[in-house]
Amino acid sequence: MKGQNRLDYRQLGLKAGLEIHQQLDTKTKLFCNCPTRLRNTDESTYEVRRYLHLTESELGEVDRAALEEARRKRLFIYKGYDTTCLIENDEEPPQPLNQEALDVALEVALLLGMTPVDEVHTMRKIVIDGSNTAGFQRTALVASNGKISIPEGDIGIATLCLEEEAAQKVAESINSTTYSLDRLGIPLVEIATMADITTPEQARIVAEHLGMMLRSTGKVKRGIGTIRQDINISIAKGARTEIKGVQTLNLIETIVEREALRQVNLLKIRDELKKRGVKQVEMEIIDVSDVFAATKCKVIKNALKKGGIFAVCLPKFGGLVGQEIQPGRRFGAEFADRAKRFSIGGVFHTDELPGYGITSGEVSALKKRTYATSENCIIFVAGERSKATLSLKVVVERVNMALKGVPEETRRALENGNSAYMRPLPGAARMYPETDVLPVYIPPERLDRIKSALPELLPEQRARYIKEYGLSEEFAGLIARSKRALLFERIVALGISPTLVVRTLEGTTSELSREGVPVQHLADEHFIGVFKLIKAKKIAKEGIPQVLKGLASSPSKSAEKVAAEIGLQAPSKEDIESVIDKVVQSKEGFIRERGLEATKPLMGVVMKQLRGRADGKLINSILKEKITAIMREK
Amino acid sequence: MKVKRVEVEREGITHTGLLMPSRGACIVLKLDSGYNIGLKKDAKTKVTVLKEGVVMPHKKVSSPSPNPALPTISILSTGGTIASKVDYRTGAVTSQFDVEDILGAIPELTEIANFRGKAIYNILSENMRIKYWQKLARAAADEIKKGADGIMVTHGTDTMTYTAAALSFMLKTPVPIVFVGSQRSADRPSSDNVVNAVCAAKVATSDIAEVAVVMHAGMSDDECLIHRGTRVRKMHTSRRDAFQSINAKPIGTVDYKTRKIHTSEEYRKRGEQKLAINDKLEAKCALVKFSPDAEPDVINYYTDKGYKGLVIEGTGLGHVSTEWIPSIKKAVDNGVHVVMMSQCLGGRVCDRVYDTGRDLLKAGVIEGEDMLPEVALVKLMWVLAQTKNSAEVRQLMQTNIAGELSERSKQA
Ligand SMILES: [Zn+2]
Repeated sequence: MKGQNRLDYRQLGLKAGLEIHQQLDTKTKLFCNCPTRLRNTDESTYEVRRYLHLTESELGEVDRAALEEARRKRLFIYKGYDTTCLIENDEEPPQPLNQEALDVALEVALLLGMTPVDEVHTMRKIVIDGSNTAGFQRTALVASNGKISIPEGDIGIATLCLEEEAAQKVAESINSTTYSLDRLGIPLVEIATMADITTPEQARIVAEHLGMMLRSTGKVKRGIGTIRQDINISIAKGARTEIKGVQTLNLIETIVEREALRQVNLLKIRDELKKRGVKQVEMEIIDVSDVFAATKCKVIKNALKKGGIFAVCLPKFGGLVGQEIQPGRRFGAEFADRAKRFSIGGVFHTDELPGYGITSGEVSALKKRTYATSENCIIFVAGERSKATLSLKVVVERVNMALKGVPEETRRALENGNSAYMRPLPGAARMYPETDVLPVYIPPERLDRIKSALPELLPEQRARYIKEYGLSEEFAGLIARSKRALLFERIVALGISPTLVVRTLEGTTSELSREGVPVQHLADEHFIGVFKLIKAKKIAKEGIPQVLKGLASSPSKSAEKVAAEIGLQAPSKEDIESVIDKVVQSKEGFIRERGLEATKPLMGVVMKQLRGRADGKLINSILKEKITAIMREK
Repeated sequence: MKVKRVEVEREGITHTGLLMPSRGACIVLKLDSGYNIGLKKDAKTKVTVLKEGVVMPHKKVSSPSPNPALPTISILSTGGTIASKVDYRTGAVTSQFDVEDILGAIPELTEIANFRGKAIYNILSENMRIKYWQKLARAAADEIKKGADGIMVTHGTDTMTYTAAALSFMLKTPVPIVFVGSQRSADRPSSDNVVNAVCAAKVATSDIAEVAVVMHAGMSDDECLIHRGTRVRKMHTSRRDAFQSINAKPIGTVDYKTRKIHTSEEYRKRGEQKLAINDKLEAKCALVKFSPDAEPDVINYYTDKGYKGLVIEGTGLGHVSTEWIPSIKKAVDNGVHVVMMSQCLGGRVCDRVYDTGRDLLKAGVIEGEDMLPEVALVKLMWVLAQTKNSAEVRQLMQTNIAGELSERSKQA
C-alpha cells in the first residue's frame, strides 16, 4: 500500500506543522490544589448538569450547522470525585497559576531554544463543546521563537503555551455529553512548530524528537493519552487541514501521507468535474419514500416509520462519489461525516449501490423517480424531514466545495491513519483575559535558575555517548534520539556493554516488532530485568530476543520467570563441559585429523545444542581446551 | 474603544499586536493569535506604532418587535451584571444594561415577555446606599403605574438581599418584583445568568406578587428557587446556589427546561393588594456583632453618635456578655431602639431562658423573633421612619409585615 502510493512530496509542495500537547507530571492542577490523578468513573461521588450559553460572538465563524446545534442547548453532565473541587465545577475562582507547572514550561521552552515572555498572562479561550466546565480553557503563552535541529534540517518552534487539560468525554447521547472532571485542569504544554515539515517521515521524526525532549525533563506524564498531536497539513494546490487527536507516534507518518493523498485525489475529482462541465449543484430535495415502500434495508425501513427518504440529484457526478480518496474511504464519506451530525439514520449514494440491503430494482426505481441518468449520482438520507433537509443542505454545500478543490477544515484522526470531517477550520481563537488570575512576572533570576539545571540537549548527548561509552557515531545518534536514552544510561550503569544495550533497545526491539511481537508492552523495568540476568550470567546475550518476546506477550511476568519458563537459564560451566565432551568424543577422528582447525566447525555443533543459553566466548575457550587435550593424548 | 496597533522589538524578536492598558511594569500586547503577553519596558525594548488608535466599533443590537400576546416586564438595573459582552479583538468585557443588549445576550427572554428597561444606577453592589434603595422603590412603583406586568431587578449578589428586604417593606405591590443576578461572571459561557434570568422572568410574569429573589437551586442548571425577599441570605461566596431561605421554605421553584413554576408555600397573588409606597427610612441604624470579650464601647459609640436603632447579633438564643448590659440599658434610656437577633441565623431569639437574657429584656431589648439579622436592620430602619414610640416600635418589630417573621417555627 505504502509503496504504491508514494507521492513526490516536494513536487506537491507538502507543508506540515505539529501541535503537541503534553501533560505535565505536577503535584497539583494548574489552577487548583487537586491532585493530577485520573479516576474510574464508577468512583465518581457527585454529578453536575449544565448548559453552555453561547451567543454568535462566542461561536464566531462556526458554520450555521454548529450554530443550530449550539442553539439546541446540549446538556453537559460532569462527573466529580473526592479528588476534584469547586474550581473544576466552575463554582469557585481559580487559585493562582501553578508555579511548578510554569517552571516545567519554562524548562521545556529553554530546551527548545525559545524566548520566554517577561510576564505570563492567563487567557480564557472559548471552547464550545463542554469539555471545560467554564466554557473556556485557561491558557497562557509562555515563550516563542525557538527551533530544533534534526538531521534533516532545522524546524522552527513558534509558540509554547501552558494550559489546562480538558475534561474527558465518557459518554454521549443525542442530547447530552458526559465528561469526567478528573482530567480537567491537569497542566499541559502545547508546543506548535512552524509549517517547516516537508515529508511524512520528517513529521514523525519531529514528533519523536519533541517527545524525547519533553521526556528528557523527567517532569512530564507518560502513557497513553498523556501526549496528543494535532497536525496541520497542506499541499501547494490544496488547503490547510488540521487533523486532531493523533495519539500514537507511529500513526503520524501515515496520517500525513494519507492527507496528502486525499488532497491529491480531491484535486483529481475537481479536474474531472471541470472536464465534465459540472456547474454549481442546486439544492432540490425530492421525497423518494415511495420507492422504498417494500424495502428490505433495515435502516430505511426504520426511517420510513419516523419520517421518510429524501434525495438530491448530483448531475454528472456519476462514479465520482464512489471514488476512493483515501484507502478504503470514498469521496461520499466526506458528505456522510457532515450529514451524520443531524442524527440521521443513514446517508446513501448510488455509486455504492446496490448494497446495504438495497436492491438494484430499487436503485433503478430511484433513478427513474428522480429522472436521473447513469451519469448522475443520487444522494439520499433516511430520517425525519427537518433533519433530512438540514443534512442534505450540508451535503450540497460540500458537493459544491468539490468544484473548488480542497476545503479548509478540521478533521479527526481515525485509527487506520485516515481522517474524518469534524468542523470548519476555526477562525481566530476567541480569547479574553482571565481576570481571576493575576499575571506572573518572570524575573531573570528565575530563568537563570532553570537554565543552570537544564537537562542535556541531543547533540551534546550524542557526543557524550561517543566519548564516554565508546559508541559508534551511528549508535550514539540512534540511542540519543531514542525515547529509551535514559533507560540506556540506566542499563549501562549496571555494567553492561553499551553497544549491546543499544543493539537490544533499538535493533532487537524493531526486529521483534517486525515479527509482530507487541513490543509496545515492554516497559523500562522489563529491559532492566533482562540485563540484570545478563549481568548475573544467568542468560547469555543470545537469549535476549527470546526473553523480550516472552515479556512482550506477558508483561506482568518478570524477566527471570520468562527465562526459566523457556528454559533459557544459562547452563553451568559443568553442563557446558559435558555437552562439549560428548561432541568432542563423537568427533574424535575429525579432531585428530584437523587439530585446532576443528574448533570452528565444532563451535557450530555445540552452539546449536546450547544456542542462546551459553556465552559463545566461553564455549569457544572450553572447546579449544578440550581439542588441545585430545591432541596431546596422542 | 480605541487601541493602538504596535510592533514591539525585544531580544531580537518582533511581536505585533494591539497595545493593551497595563497596570504593571510590562507592556501588555494582545497578539493576533489572541494571546496577551507582557514584555518588559526598558532600554532594550523598541516600540513602534503601526496604526494610531484603531477604533473598535461597537455593534448595536436592534430590539425585537414586541409580541402583543406576551406580558411586559420592566428591567431595572442597578449595576449587577446579568449580561456581558466580550470583544474578542481586544478582550474587553462590557456589562450590558440596555434592554436590547440584555436580550441580545439572553435571546430566550423574548419568548417569555416583552421587555423595557431602565438603568437606575451603575454601581458595585457593595457600594449600595440606603438612598439608592429608595430610588429603586420609587422607580419600581413608577413602572408598575405605567402598566408593567412584572419587575425584574438586576443586582450584584453581595448585597442583593438587603435591597430585596428594603423593597419588601417599602412597597405594597400588585405584581411580582423579582431580584436576579449571577454568581459566576456573565461573560463566561457557563454563567448562571441565563438560567437565573429566564427563571426570574418566568416568576415576573407569574401570579406571585411578592418581592422575591430568584437564583440557582443547586450546582446544576436544573432549577431556580423563588425566595421571599425577607427570608433569603447569601450563604456562600461563590457557588451558584449561594442563596438560601433561612427559617422559611422558599415560595417555590422554577424548572429551567420546562419553565414551569411549582409553588409549595403561600404567597400573595397578583392584584391582591393595591400599589402603595412608603419609602421613608431611618438611616441612623446599625448592626453590631457580639463576640467573646468584646468591649461594650461599641454600643456607647452609637448611642453618643445619636443612632436611633441598633440590631445586635448575639450568641445562641440572643445573648451578649453581662458587661454589655449597662451600655445597652443606657442606649435604650437615650432613645435608641435595640433589637436582639442571633448569629445562629437559624431559629428564634428567646431571652427568657437564661439570666443574661432576662437582664437584657429588663434593659429594654426587643426580641427579634426568627428574622434574619440583616432583615431586622432594614425593618428597623423602616419602622423607625414610621414611629419612634417604643411600644409601637416593639409591636411592629415583632409583627409580620412582609413575610420576614413567623409566629410558629415549623418543622423544616
Ligand atoms: Zn480542584
